[in-house]
Amino acid sequence: MNLRKSIAIAGISALALFGTAACGKDGSPEEKTPEAPASNATGGGAPAAKPTVPTFTVKAGVDLSATSPTWKKAKDRGHLVIGAKEDQPFLGSMDPATKKRSGFDIEMARMISAELGLDPAQIEFKTIASANRETALQKGDVDMYVGTYSITDKRKDSVSFAGPYYVSGQSLLVKKNETAITGKDTIKGKKVCSAKGSTPIQTIKDKFPETTPIEYDTYSLCVDNLLSGQVDAVSTDEAILKGYAAKDPDHLKVVGDNFSVEKYGIGLPKDDAALRAAVNDALDAKEKDGTWKKVYDATLGLSGSPAPTIPAIERY
Amino acid sequence: MKVLTDNWDLISEGFVTTLKLTLWCGLVALVLGTLLAACRVSPVAPLRWFGAAYVNLVRNTPLTLIMFFVALGFPKLNWNMDYFTFAVIAVGGYTAAFICEAVRSGINTVPIGQAEAARSIGMSFNQTLTLIVLPQALRAVIPPIGSLLIAMVRNSAIASAFNVHDLFGTNAQMVENGNDVVLVFLWIAVGYLIITLSMSALFALLEKKLAVAR
Repeated sequence: MNLRKSIAIAGISALALFGTAACGKDGSPEEKTPEAPASNATGGGAPAAKPTVPTFTVKAGVDLSATSPTWKKAKDRGHLVIGAKEDQPFLGSMDPATKKRSGFDIEMARMISAELGLDPAQIEFKTIASANRETALQKGDVDMYVGTYSITDKRKDSVSFAGPYYVSGQSLLVKKNETAITGKDTIKGKKVCSAKGSTPIQTIKDKFPETTPIEYDTYSLCVDNLLSGQVDAVSTDEAILKGYAAKDPDHLKVVGDNFSVEKYGIGLPKDDAALRAAVNDALDAKEKDGTWKKVYDATLGLSGSPAPTIPAIERY
Repeated sequence: MKVLTDNWDLISEGFVTTLKLTLWCGLVALVLGTLLAACRVSPVAPLRWFGAAYVNLVRNTPLTLIMFFVALGFPKLNWNMDYFTFAVIAVGGYTAAFICEAVRSGINTVPIGQAEAARSIGMSFNQTLTLIVLPQALRAVIPPIGSLLIAMVRNSAIASAFNVHDLFGTNAQMVENGNDVVLVFLWIAVGYLIITLSMSALFALLEKKLAVAR
């Protein structure tokens, strides 16, 4: 009896000791790893010498209340509610500490808001998961969605699109000193990482059978693996890759031509044709007066990749 | 039904992977868990400390973190294995901590007189444990181990985040390809139920078989 009792007591005291010690010791170092690159980018910001995002002046005298129910709702409310992403650096990202959003898509949204006569500073951004974008627009949870939203015929059944405002496509992100991988024809026998189940990883599996696909939940894990040399390239939309390259231009670069075409559009409620026309006009005007280019240079342009051709608006 | 037939290859492949994960992780968890339990009741103090340290460290850390550490940390230490092995190490090693505690509580249900009798006829610690105590403890630990292994099957879904194409992981591709989210998850749930309900049945059978008339 005594032996067992003393074992039990020893066990309990060991448990208490380890329980408290282990938590702090074990938890913190691992958790830091994925966070580190993200906080670097958002915390650091762009040095003064780099191009800065232009300020958007709210256009006066815009009134769509007769034709666009969505615009009227936003005007009554005082601001637009815009769906976006929060995990794509320099494209659609949110600083976890300050809750401030930034990136190319976010600035596009602000630019359009100003052109619609609604103060961009007042915009309420909502993070919407990719799978829920159509539902959010249909239910009116958001007035518009701006976040690497590819225009497809299938999606046009449930929502409408203004734009395209950017043409992207699958590309490759590699380390800055990489010389073997220059494009899609040079990834034979290499390890290429992308998000689990995503269209890019399916393309890699189907069209490049000699390439080893690696799937993680997030692109940031892929990029972390690329930097540490566990994978040879990360593949997804070139705009997303440019965002990561812009975050760490000393170590990363985007290579090769796009090997698919993704036209990014502004997602809008399906039946609001007046709003679609107005957003198209806004994009058209801002692309022509050079604002689009300024936004690009201050965001994705930091990756070192030159601005692509601005796509023509497709009205329908 | 269309979701199932359209994606049959993907789902069945995922199902088999989850089944394989279950078998391997279960094996690792049971063997390692029993060894750890033996450590925790052993007369050798350092072994007891090791057992307690392992259980308290691993049991009190989120599984996601362990998986993260194994799948991303090991390669950085130049321990390169395939991702399936990483998943087995993480999920099996995690479950082992719980199995250890279940087995230990089972050991404690065996009256101390049994062990004392064994020792008094000259059996070694190993003999006492393997021939006298563990066989009797087994009866008491079947139900909790059943629960733990079922929890392990569900926990194994975490491997899908780290390049293991298991049943849960198939959802990403199906949703990406425009299948109805609700149906996709329904079929995945059915897949898991097939595995877990079979395990419940197996453990119910074991319990019945090992039961003694009291």
